[in-house]
Amino acid sequence: MTSNLLVYLIALPLFGSALLLLAGRKSDKWGHILATLLSAASFGVGLYEFSQMLSRANDQRAVSQKLFSWISVGSFQVDAGLVLDQLSICFVLLITGVGTLIHIYSIAYMSHDRDRRRFFAYLNLFIAAMLLLVLGDSYLNLYVGWEGVGLASYLLIGFWNQKPTYATAAKKAFVANRVGDLGLSLAIMISFATLGTVSFAGVKAHAGQASTGALTAIGIMLLVAATGKSAQFPLQAWLGDAMAGPTPVSALIHAATMVTAGVYLIVRSNFIFDAAPTAQLLVAIIGAITLLFGAVIGMAKDDIKKALAASTMSQIGYMVLGAGLGPVGYAFAIMHLLTHGFFKAGMFLGAGSVMHGMDDEVNMRRYGGLRKFMPITFATFGLGYLAIIGVPPFAGFYSKDKIIEVAFNMGGVKGVTLGTAALLGAAITAFYMTRVVVMTFAGNKRWDEKAHPHESPALMWIPMVLLALGSVASGFLFTHGNSLVNWLSPVVAPNPEHQSEMLKPAVVSIMALVVVLIGVAIAMMKYLRAEVPVEAPENVSVFTKIARRDLLQDDFNEAVFMRPGLKLTEALVVTDNAVIDGAVRGVARLTKGTGSVLRYTQTGFVRSYAMWILLGAIGLIAAIWVVTL
Amino acid sequence: MNSANYLYVAALLFTIGSIGVVVRRNAIVVFMCIELMLNAANLAFVTFARINGNLDGQVMAFFTMVVAACEVVVGLAIIVTIYRSRRSASVDDASLLKR
Repeated sequence: MTSNLLVYLIALPLFGSALLLLAGRKSDKWGHILATLLSAASFGVGLYEFSQMLSRANDQRAVSQKLFSWISVGSFQVDAGLVLDQLSICFVLLITGVGTLIHIYSIAYMSHDRDRRRFFAYLNLFIAAMLLLVLGDSYLNLYVGWEGVGLASYLLIGFWNQKPTYATAAKKAFVANRVGDLGLSLAIMISFATLGTVSFAGVKAHAGQASTGALTAIGIMLLVAATGKSAQFPLQAWLGDAMAGPTPVSALIHAATMVTAGVYLIVRSNFIFDAAPTAQLLVAIIGAITLLFGAVIGMAKDDIKKALAASTMSQIGYMVLGAGLGPVGYAFAIMHLLTHGFFKAGMFLGAGSVMHGMDDEVNMRRYGGLRKFMPITFATFGLGYLAIIGVPPFAGFYSKDKIIEVAFNMGGVKGVTLGTAALLGAAITAFYMTRVVVMTFAGNKRWDEKAHPHESPALMWIPMVLLALGSVASGFLFTHGNSLVNWLSPVVAPNPEHQSEMLKPAVVSIMALVVVLIGVAIAMMKYLRAEVPVEAPENVSVFTKIARRDLLQDDFNEAVFMRPGLKLTEALVVTDNAVIDGAVRGVARLTKGTGSVLRYTQTGFVRSYAMWILLGAIGLIAAIWVVTL
Repeated sequence: MNSANYLYVAALLFTIGSIGVVVRRNAIVVFMCIELMLNAANLAFVTFARINGNLDGQVMAFFTMVVAACEVVVGLAIIVTIYRSRRSASVDDASLLKR
């Protein structure tokens, strides 16, 4: 099936971005409205395509569109083509839907910013690039979108680049992403070298002929790419600093969509990972490590956005873990991705709403008792909170428990280890999210007299309410009648023979609920019963200190990469000055020295010149005479 | 008469001229010594033309005379100008273009 509409999904926001950037200050008055409308129009196209898909049989749903022949060199043929299948439509609706809500929210949130138009231009650019990422029909097309979202992320993190720390955070995100991008480009090159094609369909068809070694190499390189973009261990350090961007950006890019691109890449490449068990196991391990890593950082952060960022890292860890569990896990990884898109975006918007009412204060120790002043924000944030810790019947309960269950059901040491890690992560998630909610909305007020907390305008709370509805209902909708699993089945091909169940779903749910309750109870004891100090206590254990320093991830990077790199560049500068410049300067000094010695022959006396000419002539004649003799 | 004798005369004149250029200070005398060298060369040309029995040397001698005439005009003009501005015709005095 082909459809000519796919290109409009990308073209509409791309046009908006170009128009707003080129029109400049002239579009200040209406730029944000145009950008929001174009994003909504893209959502409309997505909904239309979705309705068309629903009306077709399950194996006929994918549609494609060839735009133009992009690269044609010998046997290397790449078309700029788009494909919309069951997997990409999930992303398209998430990106454009949540994206449009965040556009609406940003109209109010950024209303006092002089550069609001530029902000919306970047947002539209992001939507276009992200759609290209999920719609591209080959790794090379995906790569273009992959770089595009990286650029948009960089521009938006550094949106307030008048603050040097914010500009540095943007650069940090960009550099960390470059490391991941290297993995993706290597994966593409290996894929072309061994399989002779880079399109999804081509790789899927030829994957059976390639050696396991080659597929493992591709898989690991794809995993490197995913760790960079999705802030997974060991390339996770940039996400916390990325909170320097405006809060809607954190909600859209660094919670709901862009950081989940790595999960998309892994699920999209399921045919590679299924044929390369080593790479697949590595994916699961990375996911498990990151979900604990992020959760531990989340416990120690006082900055509400950084706590949510650590939580994002942890939740994406769950998705990557799910994607690393093989065919049974892909659908649940995507399900958690979608539910997380709702509740985490909703909570980030809630955090933005709190900051909006509290003069951009982000320190949760300076909040407290805000539920009376911001009832709607509290309600939406609370629903998101219930969803993320996995209380039934909210969204996270369905998606996270499924991942825990599948992890346990892998069986053996692997299953127990991964499952326990996921279960432990659930407990820690409950702890730090309760901590965030209690410190922000409950307890006594700890803010200055100058702050006047107030509820945000309707343009801000309507998107929050809609996202909260999503975080309430989405989990049930996706699991009702196994709908999402069946929907995705043509793309990710679940195993026909169902694995033996080590634990019944009910058992897993009860275990998860028990650990969640323990986590919530500990947080309540610590932060609700006891008074929260306004200044972070200094006499804490060494573990807390390490967690506050992001588990030393920056220190590690600085010690292992930054300082040796600095030393290397310093050595290169010295070499350049001494050896290369030295050679050039040496030649100059030699010429100059010779010249200043020869200068003494220039006496200014005509007769001495004549003498030299005479002697020269005599010498010449003598030489000729000697030679001819 | 032996042609070689003309060459000896030419060599003698050239030597006198070149020694004059190197040792004398008066610009006019130096100038005359240069002329002497030119004429010595001319004499050698003509002699060789006679020995070889062709006119190449003769032509070259005429050529040298023409160039020498021009050179005299320019050279004398320079000497006179220097003399006017410095009240001296010594070549050692005009030594500003050094080092």
